[in-house]
Amino acid sequence: MTTLYAEAFERSTRNGGGKGPAALVARRRAAFDRFASAGFPTTRDEDWRFTPVAPITRVDWRLDAGRLDAGGLVSAAQLEPFRFGQPGWATLVFVNGRFSPELSHRPELPAGVSVEPFAEALARDPEFVERSFALVAEPDATAFSALNAALAHEGAVIRVAAGADLAEPIHVLHIATAEAAGAALQTRTILSVGQGARAQFVESFAALGDGASFTNAVTEVTVGEGAWVEHSRIQRESESAYHVGLTQVEQGRDSHYRSFTLAMGGAIARHDLRARLGAENVECLLYGLYLGRGDQLVDNHTVIRHEFPNCRSWEVYKGILDGRSHAVFNGKVFVTPEAQKTDAKQTNRNLLLSDTSRVDTKPQLEIFADDVKCTHGATVGRLDEIAFFYLQSRGIPRDEAKQILIYAFAAEVVTEVASVPVREALDRLVQERLGIRA
Amino acid sequence: MLEIKGLRASAGEKEILTGIDLTVKAGEVHAIMGPNGSGKSTLAQVLAGHPAYAVTAGTVTFQGQDLLDMEPEERAQAGVFLAFQYPVEIAGVTNAYFLRAAYNAIRKARGEEELDPIDFLDRLEEKLAVVEWGPEIMQRAVNGGFSGGEKKRNEILQMAVLEPALAILDETDSGLDIDALRIVAKGVNALRRPDRATILVTHYQRLLNYIVPDFVHVLSEGRIVRSGGKELALELEARGYEWLTGQTEGAVA
Repeated sequence: MTTLYAEAFERSTRNGGGKGPAALVARRRAAFDRFASAGFPTTRDEDWRFTPVAPITRVDWRLDAGRLDAGGLVSAAQLEPFRFGQPGWATLVFVNGRFSPELSHRPELPAGVSVEPFAEALARDPEFVERSFALVAEPDATAFSALNAALAHEGAVIRVAAGADLAEPIHVLHIATAEAAGAALQTRTILSVGQGARAQFVESFAALGDGASFTNAVTEVTVGEGAWVEHSRIQRESESAYHVGLTQVEQGRDSHYRSFTLAMGGAIARHDLRARLGAENVECLLYGLYLGRGDQLVDNHTVIRHEFPNCRSWEVYKGILDGRSHAVFNGKVFVTPEAQKTDAKQTNRNLLLSDTSRVDTKPQLEIFADDVKCTHGATVGRLDEIAFFYLQSRGIPRDEAKQILIYAFAAEVVTEVASVPVREALDRLVQERLGIRA
Repeated sequence: MLEIKGLRASAGEKEILTGIDLTVKAGEVHAIMGPNGSGKSTLAQVLAGHPAYAVTAGTVTFQGQDLLDMEPEERAQAGVFLAFQYPVEIAGVTNAYFLRAAYNAIRKARGEEELDPIDFLDRLEEKLAVVEWGPEIMQRAVNGGFSGGEKKRNEILQMAVLEPALAILDETDSGLDIDALRIVAKGVNALRRPDRATILVTHYQRLLNYIVPDFVHVLSEGRIVRSGGKELALELEARGYEWLTGQTEGAVA
């Protein structure tokens, strides 16, 4: 296994991966060494207990897929459905992991705001990339993120300077085409928001066709002091694809970070979201929705670290499972002894639509401070017969009542998305996926 | 309009209705009274098709149709409305969406054209006035975080919008203050027409000061033990239920 990856790493180093400041290159090598010594996780690892990744790790992936010729594989029209109907948004498009200048849209942005593909950012400001790359993300977060640090030299680098106010979201759109079947796509996104700035980001992972590709994505987010950030992550890859992602967030004093993650694609889809509340008076809101059907396995792991006083975290993840799908939720909230007056609430709710779907949920609180308000809870249930009867008693047929109740379950988190166009687009996407008539 | 004959119904092993006979004609208001556990709420829920109850004997004919043979939504489409004793909260669905879905489902079933959101809003405005509410209530989730009184008012709003031929109110008056009670009564009275009928299930005589019934029936142990005019309710208020049911229970008023 490692021979394949070791060769790929050496190849990558000779190509894009060897570029940039020495510290960066060394960090990649250290990451690779960590990956090589740890190896891929197995279900004997607590964090991967319910998520066998053997279907991913036993494949000899094409690891230089970033060099697939991206030009001409996707037309602008094919991309349209994934743009949220907002052609004006600054959008970086990556086809099979490779930046596509033709499909991207890079309008004039306010001063101090830059939206660049990785190579461009590295050429223009190598010190910034060196300071940002694989430093926010915990080096040993997962074996996959270490592999990504070693191999990823494509992705987006977005900087929002102190005080900037972005009126519209910036969209990073990853598209896997049929040509990506058998390929592993490593992408790295860096989102850096300065003091007092206000920004919205959308990351999409989408597919044209149903190829079995493997996306290994890492996103590092820095939220400056007093900044406000909304970050939506939409994973709608092919249902034969594999997706492993890590989003790591570091928040400064008085900042507000809110995330919405939608996971509905992938044969196996795993996302780790880790937020460190690294200063006082921070607010962190994590909302998630995962939809499983067929034989999909969808796994969400979140870690919220309260390390300073007077911070608030609020997490709601909801899942709707049909067919033989299987969902895993694991949420950890750590409260260190310093983090007095922490207010943390974590909720995981699951709706099973079939007898053969399954959920393993584990919300966890680890609290070492004594003056805190922390709660957590998880539910797994079916549609409520009394609610059914209530809707039917108003003349609504049972089928339609079912749709309304399923949609309502999902809508409770979708409505938390602050950006109106993003929320409306997500709403349509979820309705479409759940087969709900508007 | 409604003819109930020998109706018996059970929840699990327990028989709750033990033989109900009742005829309701168009234009009439019937009050069903009785102590707790007498089966009056069960009767209301059985008429609406609640899945928790199994009908074991008897017939119910509504406007010539076999009501018991119909799904709950078909009963609603045919013109039966139950105002729930405990209205259900549905998080994630706005009152506006819910009401329009119900209204259009009924119109569709009757072969009428569905209303778009704008036309529906016009219609809604006059109905909101009946329950003395502003339009902002429509953007809240169905009964989400509503007080007990608000939930009951919401039932009346739904009834006003759906304009049922037969409205069944299951203890809609329980727990209401005088102001809310007045609004509920106003809603019911606004709906009254010679071609419609109302069944009020209530524990207390109080509601009947606002909605004057044509008939009062007393239920005990799952059957009607006494029927009379509105004066029966006053008698119950003065004497309690014991003289009719043989059980001891507090005053009715």
